[in-house]
Amino acid sequence: MTALASGATSPTSQDPTRRRPEWLAGLWLIAPTLAIVIGMMLVPLCAIVIVSFWTQTGFDLDTSFTLANYGLLVDDALKCFSDGCGLYSTLIIKSLWISFVATSAVVLLAYPMAYFMAFRIQRGKLVWIILLTVPFWTSYLLRVFAWKVILGFNGVINSGLKSLGLIEKPLEFLLYNPASVTITLAHAWAAYAVLPIYVSLEKIDRSYLEAATDLGDSRWKRFWRVTFPLSLPGTIAAILLVFIPTVGDYITPTLVGGPSGIMIGNSIATQFIKANNAPLGAALSCLMMLAITLAVCLFLAVIGKKRLKGADI
Amino acid sequence: MASSDNAMITLSAVTKRFGAFTAVDAATFDIAAGEFFSLLGPSGCGKTTLLRMIGGFEQQTSGEILIDGEAMGTRPPNHRPTNMVFQSYAIFPHLDVAENIAYGLANRPVDKATVARKVDAALEMVRLSGLGKRRANQLSGGQRQRVALARAIVCEPKVLLLDEPLGALDKKLREEMQIELRQLQKSLGITFIFVTHDQEEALSLSDRIAVMARGKVLQIDSATALYERPNCREVAGFIGNMNFFEGRVVAVEGDQAVMEIGPDIRVRVPLTGQSVTAGGNAILAVRPEKIDAVVDRPAPSRNAIRATTRASSYLGDRSLILADWHQEAAPVSVSLQNRHAAAESPLAGGAAREIWLTWPVEAGVLLSD
Repeated sequence: MTALASGATSPTSQDPTRRRPEWLAGLWLIAPTLAIVIGMMLVPLCAIVIVSFWTQTGFDLDTSFTLANYGLLVDDALKCFSDGCGLYSTLIIKSLWISFVATSAVVLLAYPMAYFMAFRIQRGKLVWIILLTVPFWTSYLLRVFAWKVILGFNGVINSGLKSLGLIEKPLEFLLYNPASVTITLAHAWAAYAVLPIYVSLEKIDRSYLEAATDLGDSRWKRFWRVTFPLSLPGTIAAILLVFIPTVGDYITPTLVGGPSGIMIGNSIATQFIKANNAPLGAALSCLMMLAITLAVCLFLAVIGKKRLKGADI
Repeated sequence: MASSDNAMITLSAVTKRFGAFTAVDAATFDIAAGEFFSLLGPSGCGKTTLLRMIGGFEQQTSGEILIDGEAMGTRPPNHRPTNMVFQSYAIFPHLDVAENIAYGLANRPVDKATVARKVDAALEMVRLSGLGKRRANQLSGGQRQRVALARAIVCEPKVLLLDEPLGALDKKLREEMQIELRQLQKSLGITFIFVTHDQEEALSLSDRIAVMARGKVLQIDSATALYERPNCREVAGFIGNMNFFEGRVVAVEGDQAVMEIGPDIRVRVPLTGQSVTAGGNAILAVRPEKIDAVVDRPAPSRNAIRATTRASSYLGDRSLILADWHQEAAPVSVSLQNRHAAAESPLAGGAAREIWLTWPVEAGVLLSD
């Protein structure tokens, strides 16, 4: 403003604030986020990678470089091709599998919910979105614990069935197995999947749907030819949003998994805490990240082949 | 209007209400097979609602729509012999041009080779050959418009519905597309129902036009008839420019009426079926380009009123003159062809001057009050 008032020949070149390059202004804006990301994520991540090349010697760490931890894990994995997978490989495969099933369940649950909100609710959509967040008002731990109460030996289902006279003894297969982990994960993460799917459905121009009907599609056909392909960005986002965090989930298998339901997260925690072998735990963490990255890349390669070709949707 | 033998579409008392609001009020008319029919009116007049009811996208509150003799009832759009070109074009963004055009064919029992052949033919017809692999976002507005057209036509509908398809295009492109659309309709022989708020577009394209306002169909006629013989003040005012003279019928003489439009100002108006009686109020409508502005008193066989020029504007091919003729009445606008160089015009200079406004008796239209 002062530059303008001075009436100089080229006011912009005299204004000192104008000289600051754009990238610096951008840097200021992201500085807080960047500090957190570097301090809380990048540094620990580097620490994990570095520690994974060390050795635990009693209470001390031998900081000389070694590939021993990875060697152990590679041996563990190589056993898959001879006499059955080793402990860690089994856990990683099981974790990926449980997450895959839970993610599938989540998307199958969330999609109709998102569809209903996007296409059937005419008024008060905000109320529905708020209702969707209600589960988050209690902590994750409590929600997982609630499933323990529902599925437990003397839990809601068993005592209900018993009082109805349908069973004599409580059903033991409900809790402490991979299935109970899957159910709990599917419930706990459903809300995360609804929102991205809802947004991508809401964004679809209604004239596309009318055009599809006009060109002879029934409702069912129209869904698969127009609605679903156009909602893919949100659906893919939902799948990644649920799959990636659930592979490494630690609380759910600890509370409802039992011995057969433990996942790789539990094993990593054991290495760090009980087994006092941080380097092996760190190597396991790195291996798990690698496994998730590979799984996600594979998924995107399969799903995204057609989409990448077609620019934006 | 009685249902004729070659009617492709018959509307009988088609009404659509949204709560207390009547969007379309008892529309009753026929559209002939192979006709280019336009629904013209200001926004909110119910033209799009009527089109959507024919296509099955809206359900009429009452009345019946017959397409090719078949009552449509509550039939959904996918079971009607109609296809629509949407205002927004609605080109599927996840499919390329060829896939878009082939979309409707997938719902027919046709083999792949036939689909490919039909898509190629449709692309050629709308002059988009070679662009089959493009996506909607790689096309210009005019190209999208053509894809939407090809996608609908390839389904060989009995009736093609077009919802303001040229509204989003710039003026030059719109004029090109109008010509193409007209040629396409002629060569295909499909019945077109075209919704527009642009009167010039409707006049230049259509065989017949239905002028709508407030949900009512006011007049259905050819472009010439609508322009030359509007049946009410609303139609007269909506299509082109019009001067209105309010007055009283003082005498009926054969096929002419004598009207008094001001104190001792009498003019003659032709009667074309209007029922008028001496003494009743009436409105005389005269187009600006049918009025001549002259300096000397014209022959008594023509209608003439004394006026003072108030303003004139030179538009190149023609000049517009506003002239006051009566203190209480609106000024008359006159459009003069500039056949001579500006300096030779009797009104050159632009200063206020006394003139005669004159028009032949046949140029006037008598409208009931």
